[in-house]
Amino acid sequence: MEVIMALTVGGMVAGAVYLFLSRQYLRVMFGVILLSNAINVAILTVGRLTTGNAPLIAQGAEVMDRAAANPLPQALILTAIVIGFGLLAFALVLGYRAYQEMGTLDTGAMRVAEPEDMP
Amino acid sequence: MILTAILAIILAAAIAPTLNRVLPALSHWFLALVPLSAALWFATQVPGVTAGTPVLETTSWAPSLGVALSFRLDGLSLLFALLICGIGAFIVIYSGGYLRGHPREGRFHLFILAFMAAMLGLVTADDLISLFVFWELTSITSFMLIGFNHEDARSRRSAIQALLVTGGGGMALLAGLVLMGSGSGEWTLSAIAASGADLRTHALYPAMLILLLLAAFTKSAQVPFHFWLPNAMDAPTPVSAYLHSATMVKAGVYLLARLNPTLGGTEAWFWALTIAGGVTALWGSAMALRSTDLKKILAYTTLMALGVLVLLIGIGSDGALKAFAGFLLAHSLYKGALFMGAGSVDHGSGTREVGELGGLWGKMPATGLFIAVAALSMAGLPPLLGFVAKELIYDDIFRNGHYLALAALLLANAAMVAAAATIFLKPFLGAPTKAAAHAHEGGAALLAGPGILASLSLLFGLWVGLPQGLLGAAADAVRGAPLGLELHLWHGFTPALGLSALTVALGLGIYTGQPAVKNALAKIQLATRIDHDRAWDCLLALLDRLARRVTGWLQDGMLHRYLAWIFTGILVLLGATLAVRGGLVWPGISLEIEDALGGSLALLILGGTVGAIRARSRMEAILSLAITGMSVALFFLLFGAPDVGITQLMVETLSAIILVLIMAKLPMLPPGSDRTRAAKLFHAILALGLGGVVSAIMLAVLDQPLALDLSHFFGDTSLLEAHGRNIVNVILVDFRGFDTLGEITVVASAGLGVFALLRARMGKRGRS
Repeated sequence: MEVIMALTVGGMVAGAVYLFLSRQYLRVMFGVILLSNAINVAILTVGRLTTGNAPLIAQGAEVMDRAAANPLPQALILTAIVIGFGLLAFALVLGYRAYQEMGTLDTGAMRVAEPEDMP
Repeated sequence: MILTAILAIILAAAIAPTLNRVLPALSHWFLALVPLSAALWFATQVPGVTAGTPVLETTSWAPSLGVALSFRLDGLSLLFALLICGIGAFIVIYSGGYLRGHPREGRFHLFILAFMAAMLGLVTADDLISLFVFWELTSITSFMLIGFNHEDARSRRSAIQALLVTGGGGMALLAGLVLMGSGSGEWTLSAIAASGADLRTHALYPAMLILLLLAAFTKSAQVPFHFWLPNAMDAPTPVSAYLHSATMVKAGVYLLARLNPTLGGTEAWFWALTIAGGVTALWGSAMALRSTDLKKILAYTTLMALGVLVLLIGIGSDGALKAFAGFLLAHSLYKGALFMGAGSVDHGSGTREVGELGGLWGKMPATGLFIAVAALSMAGLPPLLGFVAKELIYDDIFRNGHYLALAALLLANAAMVAAAATIFLKPFLGAPTKAAAHAHEGGAALLAGPGILASLSLLFGLWVGLPQGLLGAAADAVRGAPLGLELHLWHGFTPALGLSALTVALGLGIYTGQPAVKNALAKIQLATRIDHDRAWDCLLALLDRLARRVTGWLQDGMLHRYLAWIFTGILVLLGATLAVRGGLVWPGISLEIEDALGGSLALLILGGTVGAIRARSRMEAILSLAITGMSVALFFLLFGAPDVGITQLMVETLSAIILVLIMAKLPMLPPGSDRTRAAKLFHAILALGLGGVVSAIMLAVLDQPLALDLSHFFGDTSLLEAHGRNIVNVILVDFRGFDTLGEITVVASAGLGVFALLRARMGKRGRS
């Protein structure tokens, strides 16, 4: 299963990179969403996949069952998801304001910082 | 104690501006006490060092890197240290008088003392890395000093030129020293000399030699790197007197002398040094004869002296090294006195042009006397130290039969005689000119320096036994073995004496026939047509254009191209590493029946990805992304991560809502593709390559056994120590609570950022 997911993540990254290379700001945003999902899946996968069996300590037990899923990657992913969301929200609003100011979402035409006539 | 001396001078530099504000008229006298006491301490070390026991000091600096702050004081270092601190003290006093009332006098003292500390560190450093650090510090502080009159464009240009030339040499020095260190396995100069490792036969000897010679030649202004030194004369006179006569330009000479025992004595060394030194000496003397500005004349004679010093190290016979030590001291003393004297003339009369000066003797008798004595030493006349040094040079070169070098030296020395005559006779004798009418002496501060240095030139000449011990120790250090230097003012009637007489006669001939000589020289220069300054400007302009071209090509303002560069870089670096390090593994797929659910989720994820790429409308893209996102959430749920799955569902939903809300205010995606066919292909290759690399890395990771120590630790202690049964939750709020705090802060900042962006309407109305 891990091998399949490794290939799947590769596919997601490829899609994300392709979207990143677009000149349309929105497509770049789609790439951001896809890439953060891909990385989260990657983190869970390299921590090994265990079907079911969430990392919980059963009533009556004092320590976790060694057969349960690896809890560490999950904690990392939870942080990553939330931060990814923060990033996306900010980037989207930034794009919205950029459109208001410049009237375009074509990154090739956004040339405030580096005007065309610059050396 | 050496380190203490350096630190004390740095401290003096730090308090200089404040002290100058509190005591504007006296600060320089107090500041001079610091280098003066350092000089006195160094003087107390002379007997020990002369007896053959160098002073060693080591302070641990970066032990993990094996870099120590180690200092070593042998004859050569001590001679330099005495010159630096001794002349330095008088320079501080002199500049106090020279810059009296200047608004930035305090800053000047800060710079010059900082430079002094760097220079002192340079000549006493034993560790290769600290040697380099001090070398660079001298370059940087001298940049500050040359550019002291920063309102003046010429000053700024000269400062930058000096910095680039000597700083470039510094880079070469670092590379050369690293080669030396790795070649010998030792990282201090003394250990390299003691280890007996013969670097001359090392395979990398040519590279070492070229790099270190580059460093020394740039610093000591040898042809073809000589052009910055005359330009550096834009600095205030005390700077020229200090940096460009006694100290900084001699740093390169010091380096060569220091390396002579380890790297010297080969054919390559001999020819490189004698040719560079000889040409520099001749070129310097020719330019000195053509100049009419007192400071320029002195600058060019300095070039000549540096050339002679390099030439002597290159010849490298015992006699040449003895002469090296003698000439080093003689030149520092007379050149320091002459520069300060020329500064006093400028200060008192308002001009440095030889043609406008005359008859100053009546107005500035003391300065005149000191200049006269120093000029006699420069001309190499008895009974001054300059004469003793010149006899040593002639004696050795004649005896060893280096006739070409002898001819060069004879011409250069004759030019010195003419230059010395020009410097003294024209300004001070003859009928008083207009400039001389209101000339005046500059007070004690301006007289102390030239007075003492000129007196020393005379004293050491008359009483050669006084500097003999130290000069002998210095010559021994350059050879790396005892030489037994004996100085005599009177050698008897030797060939050297005859050569001296010939030199003086030739020099006076040149002086009297000056207009003709100048014309001839001008013609020669016109014929050769080498304008180094112009070439330098062209080089800089060329670099500038190249940088523009490259920047314009790499950074054309198109975001997707920047990203393509970055992705290409990542792909190449990661891919190459994987391939070279054997990271490509293929574990094979073995499908179990329970993988069917996971496999179908993977297919959904990939389907959503393809959909997002191919989407022509925004809604299509959002739906495709939602399929991927929800499948990822289900994937988390399936593989024992319910918390993550739930969070993913929530965030996915929120993201979709925000996307739709924002998209309502944004334009549709333009119809058709936004890339050309070629771009499509390139981007697809790049994307698939990066995806493949990520997969390969994951497979390589999966191929390794997983270390579960940390996960087991959390599993074992979660309930017992943190009282929680949901281990993921406990990790987030307890074990890694600060991480979560950071995460919350990030999200809060993003929220604030969004808020600020939506509120801000900056510039919109202003622009339209």
